[in-house]
Amino acid sequence: MAKIKGAVVVNKDRCKGCQLCVVACPANVLAMSKQVNAKGYNYAIMANEDACVGCASCGIVCPDGCITVYKTKID
Amino acid sequence: MSEEVMLMKGNEAIAHAAIRCGCDGYFGYPITPQSEVMETLMEVEPWKTTGMVVLQAESEVSSINMVYGGAATGKKVMTSSSSPGVSLMQEGISYLAGAELPALIVNVMRGGPGLGTIQPSQSDYFQTCKGGGHGDYRLIALAPASVQEMADFVGLAFDLAFKYRNPAIILADGVIGQMMEKVVLPDFKPRRTDEEIEKQCPWAATGRKMSRKNNIITSLELKPEVMEQNNLRFQAKYKQIEENEVRYEEILCDDAEYLLVAFGCSARICQKACEMAREEGIKLGLLRPITLWPFPTKAIASYANKVKAMLSVELNAGQMVEDVRLAVNGKVPVEHYGRLGGIVFTPDEIVNAVKTKLM
Amino acid sequence: MALEDIIKPENLVYKKPDIMNDNPMHYCPGCSHGVVHKLVAEVIEEMGLVEDTIGVTPVGCAVFAYNYIDIDWEEAAHGRAPALATAIKRLRPNKLVFTYQGDGDLAAIGTAETIHACNRGESIAIIFINNGIYGMTGGQMAPTTIEGMKTATCPYGRDYKLNGYPLKITNQLKDLEGIRYVTRQSVQNAAAVRKTKKAIRKAFENCMDGKGGASVVEVVSTCSSGWKLTPEKANKWMEENMFPQYPLGDLIDKDANK
Repeated sequence: MAKIKGAVVVNKDRCKGCQLCVVACPANVLAMSKQVNAKGYNYAIMANEDACVGCASCGIVCPDGCITVYKTKID
Repeated sequence: MSEEVMLMKGNEAIAHAAIRCGCDGYFGYPITPQSEVMETLMEVEPWKTTGMVVLQAESEVSSINMVYGGAATGKKVMTSSSSPGVSLMQEGISYLAGAELPALIVNVMRGGPGLGTIQPSQSDYFQTCKGGGHGDYRLIALAPASVQEMADFVGLAFDLAFKYRNPAIILADGVIGQMMEKVVLPDFKPRRTDEEIEKQCPWAATGRKMSRKNNIITSLELKPEVMEQNNLRFQAKYKQIEENEVRYEEILCDDAEYLLVAFGCSARICQKACEMAREEGIKLGLLRPITLWPFPTKAIASYANKVKAMLSVELNAGQMVEDVRLAVNGKVPVEHYGRLGGIVFTPDEIVNAVKTKLM
Repeated sequence: MALEDIIKPENLVYKKPDIMNDNPMHYCPGCSHGVVHKLVAEVIEEMGLVEDTIGVTPVGCAVFAYNYIDIDWEEAAHGRAPALATAIKRLRPNKLVFTYQGDGDLAAIGTAETIHACNRGESIAIIFINNGIYGMTGGQMAPTTIEGMKTATCPYGRDYKLNGYPLKITNQLKDLEGIRYVTRQSVQNAAAVRKTKKAIRKAFENCMDGKGGASVVEVVSTCSSGWKLTPEKANKWMEENMFPQYPLGDLIDKDANK
């Protein structure tokens, strides 16, 4: 059976660490980095890569347009 | 082509001239003594012929902001009002100046302060020439003294406004607005096409063509070093206008020993006063500023070397007299004569004022 | 499968719209403005109207919207955006003309301009961000601040006896004959964002079909800084406190069932 696999790319320099993407993710893929970016914000990272289904909820709720989402089918 | 001479009010001439000079939009709110401007437009219905938009707004505040909105798209837009209404417009006028937008405002002055009177006055000289709204800005101010000039100055004001990307104002008064006189209206000039506007106003917000950067019309700039540069640019432009656009009329000035300075309807009464004074052997001349800003400072300064004294004759408590004094810079006495509250002086009163104040 | 095998152009499912540029936005972390900006940009792009749109920004937090979306803009005086939009649309009837306004701009100082533009049935869209507070000036009371809500100018909570009642202005706008579509939406989760996008699309389409009538999309929004909550808690607070006062859904849609 085909499995959907997603990936999230966060523009970490643009991220303000609001965490709304973390809340929005239905698969608990995202978390906040321990490091900070140039602005001093912890930024969103893929903490649980395997769980991502590319639903794009994170990107849709991101106020700063930091998130790009990809998705593919694996047979 | 034979010129058709017509009889009409100054306010009506403004409306007809606007249509004929290719105005794209008029936005206004009724107020005495200028309501005939919009009334005439609504009667003529120019949207059926030239495509000019005419809209009665919910307030003068809204009118001037409609003018701002239209001007920002490169269109030739205008409003008209009278003193209390123009007070309400000051915020929008400041924004127009700050965003460097061409537009025409017509003020058919009435007496103030407050609701004041509906009778004529010239007490908005300060408001027009010294700011009115907030910030360091200038309006190109034209003062018509006849119905013919009401008609002629519409096109001139638009030309100057677009030449310098600056709002222009026709500062008329209840006399010029309400009186009927013969007038030859300007020839019909078609409204500019969108292509012509793009060419003339590459800065305008017309919808971003992918071939250019997006155009943003704003007066806001939070970086002080940039905002200072913006202001310096405005000042340089104002200096250029002062150098190029001063207009005035000299009447019986060649041999004058005493000089009247008056604009608008006051200048007409002063002209008669000059003739009467000369019958009594007083060599009285008149300098009529046509542009109140830029003010004919140099011309007046040169008369300070020729005449014994000057009288600034205004329907107010003494406003333009300050600019006359600045021009004269103490070389000869400068006095003021005015009537207030909607009273208009007679030529006799002015001759008497010359005798008592200057001689 | 490695991430780099998924991250390929052909697998792209979501990115910020192209006309939303890379200028860093001045909004606080989690601010609803960013999401709504993105939706406006997406809809303009999807409708193919980048070259035919003129936006009007307000005074308030969104004053700088023109720095983030690469279309032609005019920046209005406080509250006057609908007056600007009226003239723009009448002088350039083929353009998409919209205003983007906050609650202070639209429902306090600009009440007259808003009501009259809608009542004239101007073919414009008004995007109305209602977060019950003045963000830009430092969190003062807005016309839409709800009872008990604390702001810098009602530090002990809005008191109806002192300050009057929250102005539910869209409730009034919906009854105007010049109105075509009034809806109240939100952007606190992906489903809500999708609905708001549809609403904006409908409002923008209404502006372009030549039938006339004004469209208003109110977005009940958060202001985490002004509310002094984390973005997540602000969303919860909004759901619990703002939504009962400002219930979501279409208030009127004159094209429905036609």
